[in-house]
Amino acid sequence: MKSSVIIFPGSNCDRDMDVALKKFGFKNKMVWHNDKSIPKSDLIVLPGGFSYGDYLRCGSIASKSKIIKSVIEFANSGGLVLGICNGFQILTETGLLPGILQQNKYLNFICKNIYVKIKNKKNKYFKDIKKDILELHIAHNEGNYFCTNDELKSLENNNQIAVTYCDSKGLENEKNNPNGAIKNIAGIFNKDKNVLGMMPHPERMIDKCLSGEDGSLFFESLLKNFR
Amino acid sequence: MIIKVIVTLKKGVLDPQGKAIQQTLNGMNFSNIDSVRQGKFFEISVKEESESKAKLQVDEMCKKLLANLVIENYKII
Repeated sequence: MKSSVIIFPGSNCDRDMDVALKKFGFKNKMVWHNDKSIPKSDLIVLPGGFSYGDYLRCGSIASKSKIIKSVIEFANSGGLVLGICNGFQILTETGLLPGILQQNKYLNFICKNIYVKIKNKKNKYFKDIKKDILELHIAHNEGNYFCTNDELKSLENNNQIAVTYCDSKGLENEKNNPNGAIKNIAGIFNKDKNVLGMMPHPERMIDKCLSGEDGSLFFESLLKNFR
Repeated sequence: MIIKVIVTLKKGVLDPQGKAIQQTLNGMNFSNIDSVRQGKFFEISVKEESESKAKLQVDEMCKKLLANLVIENYKII
């Protein structure tokens, strides 16, 4: 199983993602944003970080970089594209995913472990995860998901909501919503469920010494569904 | 030719920075401030003689990059 992680100036979770993918058996390659093509891959990852210093709007400059054309073509042909944190922001700016990630409601940078509920397991990302609630890590200033009412309806009708913020028992409410995201949304799919963007970082929870291993379940499920 | 653009958040979209600025102003005894909305201002120097052509180009830039139409409006001034 081959994967590619795209590096933008300002990406800072690219190597963590590389370590995670390799740990679970992916043959991963790092790809520079100025490259015109991507090596043959089953999965393309847009990693977390602060591409282009978050200038203009988070992800907006990266969404116009040379490599993105190939990413969009790959996604439109059914390839798996995963965007974590800044990667999620880039995916919304490319138009592959609807909506936008706005500044956190209470203006603070949030860096902590949170719980998310898996809302849809009929896809290659979450299919083989037995748990319904995962403990993952978030670290962002702009994670406040927002979209128009029509887009929200369309997300709900097409089961495009992937994960939502909740407590350890799965309760989703305002108190368990760290950043003010609409409907506690932490991650969404495109209509075909091959593109996933989410704010939480599974690559940060793949070892006991990293305060948890629920991220491992994500990568194990992903790999299993390739075979 | 220099074309100027103002990008603002749409009505109803949460503006936590504007809110924080408003609260600070209130705390500085500007007590009659009801709300503040923060936006962006661009000055774009276009190598183009015709103003209408330049503005047409800037309009396209706004749609494609400068504004995100999910939450923002733009005005070419």
